[in-house]
This record gives sequence, C-alpha cells and structure tokens, in this order.
Amino acid sequence: MYPSRFRYEAPRSLDEAIGTLRDGGDYAKILAGGQSLVPMMKLRFASPELIVDINNVPGLDYHRADADGTLRVGALTRHADLEWSPLLKASQPTMAAAAPMIADPLVRNRGTLVGSLCHADPQGDWAAVMISLGASVVAQGPRGRRAIPVADFVTGPFENALEHDEIAVEAVVPPAQGTRAGGYLKLERRVGDFATCGVAVALEISAAGEVIRAGIGLTGVGGATINATQAAAALSGKALTPEAIEAAAELTAQAAQPRTDHRGSAEYKRHMVRTFAARILGAAAPGGTGPATTTERAA
Amino acid sequence: MTSKALDEIKIGGLGSSRKRVEDDRFIRGKGNYLDDVTLPGMLHMEILRSPLPHARIKSIDTSKAWEIPGVHLVMTGEMMATRNLAWMPTLSYDTQAVLATDKVRFQGQEVACVIADDPYIAKDACEAIEVDYEPLPVIINPEQAQADGAPIIRDDKDGQASNVIYDWEVGDQAATGRAFAQADVVSKLELHYPRSHPSPIECCGSVADFNRATSKLTVYMTTQAPHIIRAAVAMVAELPEHLIRIVSPDIGGGFGNKVPVYPGYVMSILASILLERPVKWIEDKTGNLISTGFARDVYLKGEMALRRDGKILAVRMHTDADHGAFFSDAQPSKFKIGLMHSAFAAYDIPAAHLTARGVYTNKAPGGVAYRCSFRVTEAMFFQERMIQEAANDLGMDQAAFRRINFVADHDFPHRTPFGFLTDSGQYAKCLDVGLKAIDYDKFREEQKEARKRGRLLGLGISTMTEPLGAGNSREYDILGIKMFDSADLKVHMTGKALLRTGAKSQGQGHETTWAQIVAHELGIPAADVTVEEGDTDTAPFGMGTYASRSTPVAGAAVAMVSRKIRAKARKLAAHLLEVSEEDIEWELGRFYVRSAPGRGVTIQECAMAAYSNMPDGMEPGLENTAYYDPPNLTWPFAVYIATVEVDPVTGVWDVLKMVAVDDCGVRINPMIVEGQIMGGLTEAYAMASMQFITFDADGNCVGSNYMDYLLPSAWETPGFELHSEVVTPCPHHPLGAKGIGECAAVGGPAAFVNAVMDALGGTGVRNIDMPLLPDRVWEALTNRHDVSGAPPIRQD
Repeated sequence: MYPSRFRYEAPRSLDEAIGTLRDGGDYAKILAGGQSLVPMMKLRFASPELIVDINNVPGLDYHRADADGTLRVGALTRHADLEWSPLLKASQPTMAAAAPMIADPLVRNRGTLVGSLCHADPQGDWAAVMISLGASVVAQGPRGRRAIPVADFVTGPFENALEHDEIAVEAVVPPAQGTRAGGYLKLERRVGDFATCGVAVALEISAAGEVIRAGIGLTGVGGATINATQAAAALSGKALTPEAIEAAAELTAQAAQPRTDHRGSAEYKRHMVRTFAARILGAAAPGGTGPATTTERAA
Repeated sequence: MTSKALDEIKIGGLGSSRKRVEDDRFIRGKGNYLDDVTLPGMLHMEILRSPLPHARIKSIDTSKAWEIPGVHLVMTGEMMATRNLAWMPTLSYDTQAVLATDKVRFQGQEVACVIADDPYIAKDACEAIEVDYEPLPVIINPEQAQADGAPIIRDDKDGQASNVIYDWEVGDQAATGRAFAQADVVSKLELHYPRSHPSPIECCGSVADFNRATSKLTVYMTTQAPHIIRAAVAMVAELPEHLIRIVSPDIGGGFGNKVPVYPGYVMSILASILLERPVKWIEDKTGNLISTGFARDVYLKGEMALRRDGKILAVRMHTDADHGAFFSDAQPSKFKIGLMHSAFAAYDIPAAHLTARGVYTNKAPGGVAYRCSFRVTEAMFFQERMIQEAANDLGMDQAAFRRINFVADHDFPHRTPFGFLTDSGQYAKCLDVGLKAIDYDKFREEQKEARKRGRLLGLGISTMTEPLGAGNSREYDILGIKMFDSADLKVHMTGKALLRTGAKSQGQGHETTWAQIVAHELGIPAADVTVEEGDTDTAPFGMGTYASRSTPVAGAAVAMVSRKIRAKARKLAAHLLEVSEEDIEWELGRFYVRSAPGRGVTIQECAMAAYSNMPDGMEPGLENTAYYDPPNLTWPFAVYIATVEVDPVTGVWDVLKMVAVDDCGVRINPMIVEGQIMGGLTEAYAMASMQFITFDADGNCVGSNYMDYLLPSAWETPGFELHSEVVTPCPHHPLGAKGIGECAAVGGPAAFVNAVMDALGGTGVRNIDMPLLPDRVWEALTNRHDVSGAPPIRQD
C-alpha cells in the first residue's frame, strides 16, 4: 500500500490554497479529512500530482444556522461534529439521522461532509441527504464564489462540478417552510461497509399536517446519487396517509437504478428502497415513531 | 500435603486465570513484529501480481523497471528457473509456482518482483514492468473444472489429463449401502461451504539476511511453524540446514494462514543471496487476501439413512473441494481432504462412507485449516446441517434427535464409523446445560406465539466433538515429518527457569500458559518462568502451532519435561536431606521426608544444589528436553445454541442469544480459554453472516480487501454466554487437557445457520448457503426456494 509520488502543500489561507491549485498543474486534490482520498491513493486508484492540505486554513470549521434558519457547514467540519451537534438534533432530523451512520467512528472523527460531497461516491451517504434537503455547495475560486445545488454538483460517479482551481468551502441547507421531518435508513453488511442501499427523506410539513416540500435522495442504487423527484413531487400538498406513503414508496423504488452485485440483487435493492422509503414516511406520519435513524444491518 | 505446600492459584499454576504476560508489551506498542525488524543495509521487495486469473505469458519486459533509480534487482520466473526455483513443492506433495513462467493460473499470482531502496520505489518499478498476456478460459468451480472440454489448468504437470487432483474415500461402502436399503427415511442435503480466508490483521512477510562471510541464512518470518519452514527452505533452496536460522517474531494473528511456504518468502531469500543484503518483504492486505492460503470452498452431497424412531443407521457423504491452482493444503499428508471423516464422531452411527474429490481451478491455492484441524470446520458444519434437516424430515425435536444418537458416556473409547477413536465425553449432560441456559421449552413456546403474529423466530443447535492435537506419529505426518512436539526446560541455579517449545504462539498466550504448566508440575511460580518460542537456533524441533495442537502436544511436552526435571530434583533432595529417595514425598514446590514432614527442601534449593552441591557421580545442571508423541488426538465436546429473529420484510436477522457449552477437559488458564471461545464464536458469526471470498464469471476475486471481505466489528458481533460446568478430563493427556482454540469457530457457524433455517421453517426452504446475507434470506423467503452461494457471483 504505497502511493505514487506526489507533491504536498499546506497553505495557511484560502487565497493561498486557491493560488496553489491554480498554479499547481493538472491533477491536484484537496485534502480535508482524507478518509476516501488517502485509501484510494494507497491503492493507486488515484495518483494525484499535488495534494493541497486545507487543514491549516482558518475559518472553515463551523456549522451554524443563520437567523432565517439557513444551515451552513464549513469544509473542515467533521462528521463527528455533526453527529454530536445539538443544533442538528433540534432542527435537521434527516441530517441528524444520517450523521451517526457515516462509516465508523474513526472515519467520522476525520472525514468531512463537504469532502464527502466532493468525492461524489454513489454509495456516499451525505449526497443523498443533501439532495433530499435541496442543499447547495459553495465553491470559491479566482473568479469569486458561486453556489451549486448538490443535485447539479454531483455530475457522475466520483465527478463533481468544481473547476480545477475551485475549492468547495461550504454546504448550505435552505430554511424550512414548515416543520422538518424525515430520516435516513441504509442497509450495510457491516459498520463501515459501503451501503447496499440507502434512502434519505426530507419533509417540510405544515401545521395542518400537509407536506409543503419533500425531497428524496437514494444512495448506492445508481451510477450517481439519485434524486427521486417524482416520488417527492407526489407527496407535495398531501397528508402522510397510508395511501400517499405507499404511492411515494413505489415511485421511490421506480427511481432506483440498482445493479445486481455481491451486495444483493437489483430486485432486492429496489425492494429495500421501497421498504425504507415507506418506513421513514411511516415514522414521520401522525402516530409514527419520529425520525427514522436506525441502520438496518446484516444481522 | 503439609502446611508448607504452595497455593497453586497464587503461584499462577493450573486453573489460575493469570493475566497474559505478553499483553503488557503488546498494549504498550513494545511488541516486536516482523515489520519492526530493521537490519543495516536492508532493501525492500514488492511483488507484481497477475490481473488475470488464467493467461499465457507471452512476454515480460522489465527494462523500464531496471532504469528506475534505487532499483537493485528485478526478478521474473525465467530468472528463478535458472536457479531451479521457479517452482517449489507444496505441503501436499504438489508443486506451486514461485514466479509464473508459462502461465498465470489465478488472479493475484506472483509474476515478478522488484528489490529497491524503499518500498515506494519498488512499487513504482513493479508498475513499470510490462507483461503481455494471452487470456485463457477461466474455471472458478468444480463443475466447470470437470466439464467436457475444460482447459487443463496444470498443463505443466506430466500426465495431468484433467483438472482432478485426487479421488479419495474412507469408510465402509458396502455396509453403508446395506443400511440405506433398510432405511425408513433418507434425508438429503446439498450445500456449499464458501471460500473464506483466515485474514490475520498482520499480513505475511519476511526479512531474509544471507551473510556471505558466514554462509548463514537468517530469515525473520511470519510463520506458525518455523521448524517445518527450516526443513522446507533446506530442501527448496538446497542450503545446509545447520546454516539456516528461521526466527518467527511476535505474530499478529495466524489462524492457519501462516503455516504454508509462500512465494514471497522464497523470493526474498533468493534476493538476499544474490544481493548479499537483507531483503524485507511485507505483504499488503490485498496480497494476503488474494494469494495466500484460503480456507473451505467445499461442496457437499450428504445423505442420511434414518429409522422412523430417530436412530441414524448410516451416513453417506461426497465432497468436491476446490483447491485453486495448486494443491497446497497444509494437512497430514495421508488425508487428502484433511480430517473431513471426523464428521459424525459424536454420534453412534453403525456405518458411513465418504468419497472426496479435489479439483484445480483458477483461484488462489491454500486449503489451510482456518482456525481448525484440517477441514474439521467443514466436516462439523456439514454434520450439523445434515442433523438438523434429518430431524426435520422425521418430524422430531432437534434436541431429542441428537440425544437419541449421541455416543453414551459409558461407551468410550468409541470407534467412529470412519475409524477415529474418540476418548471421552459427557455429551447429553452438555446438551442439558445448553438447553437450560437458552430456556429451550420457553423459547419454543415464544416461537409459536410470535409466528402467529408474523414474527420469525428461530433456534439453532450445533453439537460436536472434534479431533484436536495432531497427532500420533503412526498416522500424522507432514511431508514425512511426524507430528510430535517438544519442550526444553532449563532451571537456573536460583530456581528461575527458561522454557522453550517447538510450538509458536500467535495470540494463544503460550508465554502465560506454558509457565503455568511448569508451576503446576514443579512449584516454580509462573512469574519465574520465561517462555521463548520461534527461533530454530534455540527452540527444540517441533511442528508448530495450528489445529489446536499446542496444549494437546507441546503443552503435554512441557508437563513431561517438568516431570523429568522433578525426577532429578528428587535425587538432589534426597542428597540434601540425607535420606534415601524412596523416603521422599513431593508436594507443590517442595520435597520432604515422609516420616518427618517438617524436614524438606524447596525446588529452588534443589536447583541451587544442581549447580553447587550435587552428589558424587551426578551430572551437574537441571536442564532437560522432552519430545511428546501423543497416543491419540484429544476430543473436546461443544454445544452451541443460538436464537435469532428474522425480519420477514428485509431478510435481516439478529441474534437474540448465543449460548456456548464447551467441555475441553482441564482448563489450564480459564480466562485464556474463554477468550479463545469468544474469538471463535466471533469468527463463526462472521462466516455465518458476512464473510466470504467469491469470484465473478471472469474469475475476478471479490473479497480481496477489507471493503469486500468483511470482518465483524464490535457493533455487529452478538454477546455470548459461556458455560464451563462440564469437565471431562482427557484420559491420555498428562494434564487432562483437550484442545480448545478452534472449537467455537468450527461448531459455531451451524448454530447460527440452523437458527435462521429454523426461523424459516414451513416455507419449504431447505438451505441457504453461507454467508446468510439479508438478500439471500429475502430471496429464499420471497421465492420459497433454496439459495446457492456457489461462484460465480451474480452480476448485471
């Protein structure tokens, strides 16, 4: 497990980091948590020429809510910060459900949410969660800052919309219009295993119990993270009745594009997507158990 | 006993749960593992492996690798062949390629290696080697291997006209046939025990150091059997055995993976001889999982002849074993499918017949005993799965069916239908303890009630005795070397002692346990005994540690050498006490005069006399060596019972409770025994739930890293309730001890699988192959059919 030769830079400001990227040649990678990048380098699946370590850049380690409820998560915020965040527990049920399910405790101590979005692994959890929430990634480069919706930011397996001299500095979740509900369920064979499949559901519910906005993201059942827009749209304006839940779960299953592999058959994965969607929606419905957070594991 | 006898528990003797002395250095990071070995001028070796499972090598171009600064040597099979080292013998009388010359025969096979200043350069240089392959059709299971027109994988071997390695049989075919003709019911089961890997956290490696000035070759090596390796190196490399020193330092787990001779060892040795510098090879995890000794990968066709009242009349088994590209099982030479025929040893069955066939495939070689005695894991799994299905076919209770067929307590020694002689046991009593612990009758009631509400609960029993401690020299040898073991004890003048054995601990705690045996036999406190193993220049010749043989064989040798020392100490005591030897009595730590118990000398005083005041004519010193050739294997018994709940919607299953009743005879260190059982049950759970190496139709290995080859973490692993109430001392072991290291890993998997299959009772599903991943359980529940796990893995 010996990576190829690479150059290592550890800039002390964002401007310096962007400058290093701009001047650094064709194949540079940002190192934040490194929990996917470093193993890939050791396996030589990735052999970047330049590593820009942003861990010395101040001002990127935060997560906070603006006055209007907009949530901002900095590029150096670790999964563990989110796992133990009272703010998320109080205001972001889908994120709070997902955070403890990211990989294992060691990875959560180092890995970052923004880094996970950039890595764009179809089996990564955060992309599905952030798509369900309608979140964006803020990129900063020599030409300034721009916000890119996560649904557009992830352009394919392990591909994102960043220019070579841009750094993803922040993830932004827009404020809710009603009361937030939802959850995240995934099937993994073992803690830290890649997801066999995962379903993120984010709901905003009116005082009357109607869904104002819904978002559903799917992990591990396609070439990239899937945005189940039709299923989400079907919930809009409806109460979470058994019929509405069943219809939405069916549409969610239809949105999945699973493949048969050693983690299970396509048929099984689609069935699990349907089951998870129904379970999360059922838990969010009146009389339900609240945010669905339990990982279903292989025994 | 006088009031001056020592308290055995206080001095860390037999039965003391003394803390492991080796842990102190391990938890402080002060262990000395292979990768800690650094020698002056040491170079580093990396291996280039084949990306293809079966291909002819058209050419290998190493020129670009040679050009990289820091590269000292690039070796290929062609180069090894000039030294007659391209092929090496295996432990099963086959040959194995060190570096491929003609063809590659499995994905991950060693094709070339580079020795360089550091491992980064060596890895870069490996990537600069260009190999031109011509792909060949791929075989990944026995059916393909035996199909008409199948390519011959071992076309290097004269006269090898098919992919069959052997056909072997044992038992009485005629008597078995007669019993089947009289059967009321014949119960049948077919299944596949998946390919698995011992997967020690520390991978394999070696530091070879050839000194031209002394002509001595020293090899630091991750090996469970240093003396066998020394003999093998002497034969393979044609070096004089007295100029070879194998040192096995602290080992980060072995589980059978570190018994065989691997190509990497041989390459590093040749490189050191050629370069006259130390060469270090540290295997990476993928290298370990993709190329070194796998375990299992056996297909069963089993049949049982049953009488209506529950009596088993006969058993018929056929196994097809997938050995990969080279037959390199590490096992007693005369048994081609290991001790598969130890199956059904716990049951009183009049007749049995086993036929076994082994085949070559385009998969890594191995067939090592992963925490088991040579295919015993497969044997016991097949046995307990067949037992469960047979009871179901008769409509009988699982516990009652076993009880009817157990060998009775008064029936020992018992000759099994396959010819083993089991030594002792109290099987029904163990089962009773297990059933009480799981609250059997109550669970069956709960199960019925739950079923009415759509909940699927299940209970699985696994009961077995297994042969541990190979072996007796009449029947057990590896490459002709008899499977005895040894101990060498030097008692110093001050009564402190140095003990060395031919075994090699890899986590078993020998440094703790062996000292306890000395304490038990001599009364020297365990803390005063240093234990050393693993250096062939200092340790007595032994066959190493695997197959739960340390306590049955080397541990017995420790007791025997201690008794030799005690016999001499008695003479010294008689001399010191000025009485005749016949008037001397022994109690723990002390000899005394029978007629005057107050007059005595301690073992330490005897030791001092051995160097300073021996009687005329006595050889000085208090040192001795014992070689122990066990009269028989030891036969521990175990009952494992698991209860589970299966989610009928998702196929996910959870263990509700797991009970283990182990009767391994006398326990030397009960804490270490419990640790072994806990570890074994964890591995059993792993095999039942998640752990396997499979292959796609193109022969690609799925399971060559820890992302795909799953080891359960503390999160998934259920709790275990251990019971030690039943103790049947081994009648032929000097301490009454039996092997224990592997029992739980051997017997455990069937308990989990039987529990899940029990939960699926009434669905018509007879078998789901391990691992019982939720998608397989769901498929069985949804489609009401058996689910095979045999390769190739299904893929879009």
